[in-house]
Amino acid sequence: MAAVCFMITLALYFVATVSFLAYLLRRSEALSKVSLGITAAGFTTHTIALVTRMVATTTPSPPSFHEALSFFSWMLVLVFLAVEFRHRIHVLGSFIVPLALISLVSAAALPETVPTLQPVFKTLWLHVTLSMLGTVGFAVAFVAGVMYLIQDRLLKSKRFNVLYVKLPALDFLDQLNQQSIVLGFPLLTLGIVTGAISAEFARGAYLNWNPEQTWALVTWLFYFVVLLGRLTIGWRAKRAAYLTVIGFAGVVLTLVGVVLKSYGAVS
Amino acid sequence: MHLIVVGLSHKTAPVEIREKLAVPESRLGEALSRLCSYPGVKEGLLLSTCNRVEVYSVVDDLETGYGRLQEFLADTHLSLSSEQLTPHLYWHTGDRAIGHLFRVASSLDSMIVGESQILGQLKDAFEVALSHKTTGLIMNKVVKKAISVAKRVRTETKIAEMAVSVSYAAVELARKIFSHMGEKTVLLVGAGEMAKLAARHLIAQGVRHVRITTRTPQYAVELATRFGGTAVPFEQFKEEMAAADIVLVSTGAAHYLISAADVHRAVRERMNRPMFLIDISVPRNIDPAVRHVDNAFLFDIDDLNQRVEQNRAERLQEAEKAEHMVLEEVGALRNWMKSLEVTPTIVALRSRVDEIKQSEVERTLGRLGHLSSTDRELVEGMASSIVNKLIHSTMVTLKSEANSSSGAAFVEAARRFFNLDEPAAGAHRIGNVTAHPDQHGSLPVGAEQEEAPPPAVRQKRQV
Repeated sequence: MAAVCFMITLALYFVATVSFLAYLLRRSEALSKVSLGITAAGFTTHTIALVTRMVATTTPSPPSFHEALSFFSWMLVLVFLAVEFRHRIHVLGSFIVPLALISLVSAAALPETVPTLQPVFKTLWLHVTLSMLGTVGFAVAFVAGVMYLIQDRLLKSKRFNVLYVKLPALDFLDQLNQQSIVLGFPLLTLGIVTGAISAEFARGAYLNWNPEQTWALVTWLFYFVVLLGRLTIGWRAKRAAYLTVIGFAGVVLTLVGVVLKSYGAVS
Repeated sequence: MHLIVVGLSHKTAPVEIREKLAVPESRLGEALSRLCSYPGVKEGLLLSTCNRVEVYSVVDDLETGYGRLQEFLADTHLSLSSEQLTPHLYWHTGDRAIGHLFRVASSLDSMIVGESQILGQLKDAFEVALSHKTTGLIMNKVVKKAISVAKRVRTETKIAEMAVSVSYAAVELARKIFSHMGEKTVLLVGAGEMAKLAARHLIAQGVRHVRITTRTPQYAVELATRFGGTAVPFEQFKEEMAAADIVLVSTGAAHYLISAADVHRAVRERMNRPMFLIDISVPRNIDPAVRHVDNAFLFDIDDLNQRVEQNRAERLQEAEKAEHMVLEEVGALRNWMKSLEVTPTIVALRSRVDEIKQSEVERTLGRLGHLSSTDRELVEGMASSIVNKLIHSTMVTLKSEANSSSGAAFVEAARRFFNLDEPAAGAHRIGNVTAHPDQHGSLPVGAEQEEAPPPAVRQKRQV
């Protein structure tokens, strides 16, 4: 059941991505409803897949990367649907849904049984969930940043093309960027703290300065500075957009590092 | 009974002719009464705007009707002879007249395609005609339909969405930088006409804080009271710039008033909140180097014009969609118009009652199997004579009123009383009779003729 739903979701997100990209490049608004419908359908099957899987697992085992990435993708779509519902910014889907698809494809590529970390601690899922939620915030900030930079470039160069018409106002994107980081940062902080506590219990040290932990801390510090800069010395608008795009690259690198390392540990 | 439109517009006549023909609102009623006093003119509506003067009318005969309307137009202005006027006139009848009105109402025929004024003007013209009772069944239906078609075009296409004036293009650009205008501040430097217009648009969009500066302090104060804003001394406006989200510049100065460094300073003071600068002055008053300042967006008159041109082109594309809608709606109205023809109504009425008679006779005779053939004929004869007597006066009235001004109303009434627009519903209920050929099957005599103008009129048009 879960596997079937997962495959259907994958197919639906793929179609939604194609549809949303076509929407982005065409003047007509007609595709927005179709794309939204497909995304919503995908989200439903995705939810079913996640729930049936959760119900099926009887023994509490640590979440696998497969699950974590699938959850990440699900959260992204959830955030998109929420923002869409409130602000009717269809074009956001053209950026978030492809990201959700990439994340889900990565999930599909990973074996479902490889745990995120050695099953050393029962509350490991808390660390993973919080970190993932924080990452969702950064992902949305990244998307808002990319959209901001495109719109900024179009306005500066006075190219009033299809993208210009579709993309929302700059201050909306800047707001979205700020809110995503304001929400994502504390979640990531909690994720790192719970991770450190887990590590302390399991290995007797909060931190053993392995590469991915170091990267995670660097990323955390980076976002801390970005947030602080925004709130105090006006690192907003274009600069904030650049910084969040760079920051998300760091997040993705950290994740890739963690995944590769786990693979090494298992095989 | 024919619908006809005769008129001229910005497409066929220069302003010298249009201004002579234009009928001021105060004299509209009088003109309409004069129009309807011509013999053969049943209904009339006069649409007079600065871009068009058109007479819509329902006439008995196309050829004479066209002559009357032309005469009417030539008479509106004493110094205008028929010969001067005719080359500028266009005319349409039947479906094409309906289509033309729909197109005019939907602003597809306007100088600026998609502008919204024309619909209001049509509504006003209709009001006047209604109050002078110069429109009847046909015109009322057609004009009301035109108004609803125009509304449909506005809601279902993007024809009126895009800015096609420079001042409005500025607002459209502002909306791509600020999503909510409510808390934004506008600084107006100098007070050129277009800048004032843009400021007015921005206020209409919700901008509440307006600051104004002009070289003459008195004028700034005057404008400030008019816009509900505050005046700023001209020497100090650069200090005020950081507080302004939108800066609108249009002065007569021959040099740059605002340098890139000024803007850079303002943006820094604003903690990088985006700033929107519009320079509508020629020669320009803002240094184009401002383009290189991050988070400051400068647009000059050429940029705004470029946007306007693009939007115009886009509106024309939307207009094509609207054309399809117009055709569709004309088709729907055509069916209704055809139903108003007297001949098909008489045919339909005849077949409807024959149908009822036939089914009732058959039903009764089916139960009276013992009757001889003579008795049967008697029963049938009685049924026929009852039916014929019942509809006799209706038939006579329809024929005699066919050419009167209320002819269409009689037809409409007959169709409703005898339920002629629902194909053989009564017969089906009775049961054993197959549906009679549809009463619309026989084409009205007059309908086809409307398409081809009478030769005499055609010649006039070629003059």
